[in-house]
Amino acid sequence: MNEAVRKEIMPFVYLTCLQTTKFKTGSLSLNLLTRLEHTTAAKNALLPRVLLRGFAGHPTMERINAALEGLYGARLEPMIRKKGEIQCVGLYADFTDDLYTKGEPVLEQMAALLGKALLSPVMKDGRFLDENVEGERRNLCNEIRSIVNDKRTYAVTRLVELMCDGEDYAVHKLGRLLEAEEITTEALTAHYRALLPTAAIEIFYCGSASPERVETALSDALTNLPRTEPDFGLGTEIRMNALLDEPRIFTEALDVSQGKLGVGFRLGNCMEAPDYAAILLFNAVYGGTVNSKLFLNVREKLSLCYYASSMIEKHKGLMLVSSGIEFDKYQVALNEILAQLDAVRSGQVSETELLGAKGALITDLRAILDSQLQLEDYYLGQVIAEEPTAGPEALARRVEAVPLEAVVQIAKGVEQDAVYFLKGLEEEER
Amino acid sequence: METREFARVGEQMLAETLPNGLPVYVVPKRGFNKKYAFFATSYGGADRRFLFGGQWLDTPAGIAHFLEHKLFDTKDGNALTDLAMNGASPNAFTSFEMTAYHFSCTEKFEENLKILLEFVSVPYFTPESVEKERGIIGQEIRMIEDTPQHAVYYNFLKALYENHPVRDTIAGTVESIGEITAQTLYDCHKAFYTPANMVLCVAGDVDAPAVCEIAQALLPAEAGAPPMKEQLPYSDKPKQEKREVRMEVSTPLFMAGAKAQPGGGLRQELAGNLALDYLAGKSSPLYTRLYNDGLITGDFSAGFESGRSFSISAFSGESRDPERVMAEIRAELRRVLAGSPDSERMERAKKAALGRIFRELDQFESICYDQADAHFRGEEALRKAEVMDTLTADDALTFLHSSVDPEKLVLSAVRPR
Repeated sequence: MNEAVRKEIMPFVYLTCLQTTKFKTGSLSLNLLTRLEHTTAAKNALLPRVLLRGFAGHPTMERINAALEGLYGARLEPMIRKKGEIQCVGLYADFTDDLYTKGEPVLEQMAALLGKALLSPVMKDGRFLDENVEGERRNLCNEIRSIVNDKRTYAVTRLVELMCDGEDYAVHKLGRLLEAEEITTEALTAHYRALLPTAAIEIFYCGSASPERVETALSDALTNLPRTEPDFGLGTEIRMNALLDEPRIFTEALDVSQGKLGVGFRLGNCMEAPDYAAILLFNAVYGGTVNSKLFLNVREKLSLCYYASSMIEKHKGLMLVSSGIEFDKYQVALNEILAQLDAVRSGQVSETELLGAKGALITDLRAILDSQLQLEDYYLGQVIAEEPTAGPEALARRVEAVPLEAVVQIAKGVEQDAVYFLKGLEEEER
Repeated sequence: METREFARVGEQMLAETLPNGLPVYVVPKRGFNKKYAFFATSYGGADRRFLFGGQWLDTPAGIAHFLEHKLFDTKDGNALTDLAMNGASPNAFTSFEMTAYHFSCTEKFEENLKILLEFVSVPYFTPESVEKERGIIGQEIRMIEDTPQHAVYYNFLKALYENHPVRDTIAGTVESIGEITAQTLYDCHKAFYTPANMVLCVAGDVDAPAVCEIAQALLPAEAGAPPMKEQLPYSDKPKQEKREVRMEVSTPLFMAGAKAQPGGGLRQELAGNLALDYLAGKSSPLYTRLYNDGLITGDFSAGFESGRSFSISAFSGESRDPERVMAEIRAELRRVLAGSPDSERMERAKKAALGRIFRELDQFESICYDQADAHFRGEEALRKAEVMDTLTADDALTFLHSSVDPEKLVLSAVRPR
């Protein structure tokens, strides 16, 4: 695999290319980067879905799907992510690589579809079609309502919402139901017209084609892209410390048979000049792997849960611990989660624990190189972290060199900010 | 080792059955960092009654899955830890008819492979460790009970089958796992974890002969005869037309579909999925109508799952009106069965299926899982694209006629409280 090549192909339109023949599929994504805010999040989430309801040459969903099936079952999907306080409004395509389509080039056709979806959606009297907006708004609202269905993710979502209340980061990537329900065709069309010329655009390609060929395909597809002054204020406010002296405790009840415990932390001073290699390693030691302190103690030693793990939001500087427990084990589990963090803070990390964490983390980083979906997400994250072409291998090498002191130092700076506990209704009545 | 070429998909597979009876398959993937090993036994959650030591043994629901958890324990500690310590990401799963242990790593592949083969083949449990695991699995079961996707799937199976172990969840219940002892675990291990009843699949840039040498040296010398499993008679009559439960969900979830005669091969599986894609895939009139009427979301899917003892066609997703979705599916099925196929649309469905087959070849997990599954049925997974090339519209319609009876559809729904 070649190194990533990045180029500004139009004003504030960046193309990152990874040329390789090791995959049987090619992937191509386009993301509009915009601020994550309550007022616009739902509109942003709705936009790519409406774009994919019909566009020039393929005015209905049935026609689009037929075209995609004809291109060897290519996929073209909306993809909404949040990275720190930036909302990434995307279209993601993957398709059989030209090497396996008996000579039929698919890349140019996919780039053209992507360009048409973005620039020439079906409109009537200068507005999106009402039925497309209504249908997709209903789907979006359903999806927002369904967040509660998966209790494990739901608990983490609620923890973030409550802990970061007042910060843009609290906004869910799909926005709030309240705003989603009220989006009109006019409002969405106006938002589209405002967003398109001002959003910075990140395009990512991975496959067998050369960067030159990809650039030509994209430049052709995006010829009519309007460009004006972009939003220079894009970025993430980082809060280093807990909001109050004592962690805030939030409890909610639903009809569930297992309790969900979430603990939220601010990463602290290390975010002033973040060393991501050390931060990732700290997470791997504490709760990111099956060899971590959380897994080995909360699950294996004390048998308190099926899962207990931590994850990092590196752009915002958060660490979130999540666990599923019996309702009456709340205090025991919370104590153990905190005790294990104290253990890292006081340097109680054996040589084998450190090596194990490094090994697992390095394997995960190198495995990114073997998955197009992961590569796409990794490089988008790198763009936002302002290290756009630093690949997973370079990061793996940096992890290799992180000393224990750096991990301990990060642990010492971490501050617990909030606890979220989801319990059963019967518990509530007790 | 024998080298088999699969030119259609640009892959190779090295194959050998070792003197101890273990089948080994290696798919070399040059240019990838990852190396992946998948060690599986033809034994899963549905294999509850089998002939062992001359008599029929009935085992509690959840035992195959419990055994999967407990095998990670070794005399000196825990294999999960050992593998993770070596930079590997290990995991395991139990399905109705397979239990598999696997890891991926970028370095020390052979060392990790030794750990894998050893912990799976050498059981080590104590009454205390079994007791402790009950706590962990009990929590896993609680988590499953709160998962609407599980509820909708198991209720679908319960509606289809009157008398079949797939009616019970693979993990069992807190009560059923209460009956499991160290001895029953040892018995099940002895019965099913013999080289001849297992398979080792590896993907990645590895030294294939070394894989064979390691497996021959570490595993028992005796192939072992796989135990006879209970064969249930097949009846095409569903137990009930509809099952529903209420849970903490926002929109109802549904699964509708039919069962079919089990035991079909790769060709039937591909024909089944092609037929269902033709009937309900994203460019089908049915999908478009349901989507435009707001009756389904982009999550709607249709698929055919086929095993030794059960075989199902299922349509699933979220809907405000599951009954109407099922009625529309039934009507469309009748229409398609009565008419002649739209050959252009069928060709597109085939191309799309080929694209999916190619996409899976970038996933080591799918390559190995598919090959293990195919091996247990006496087939080769890398032939999928070739077989797909030969399928015709008639094959797809024949499948629908024989396996998806519109008059015998059942519906499972999870509704909001």
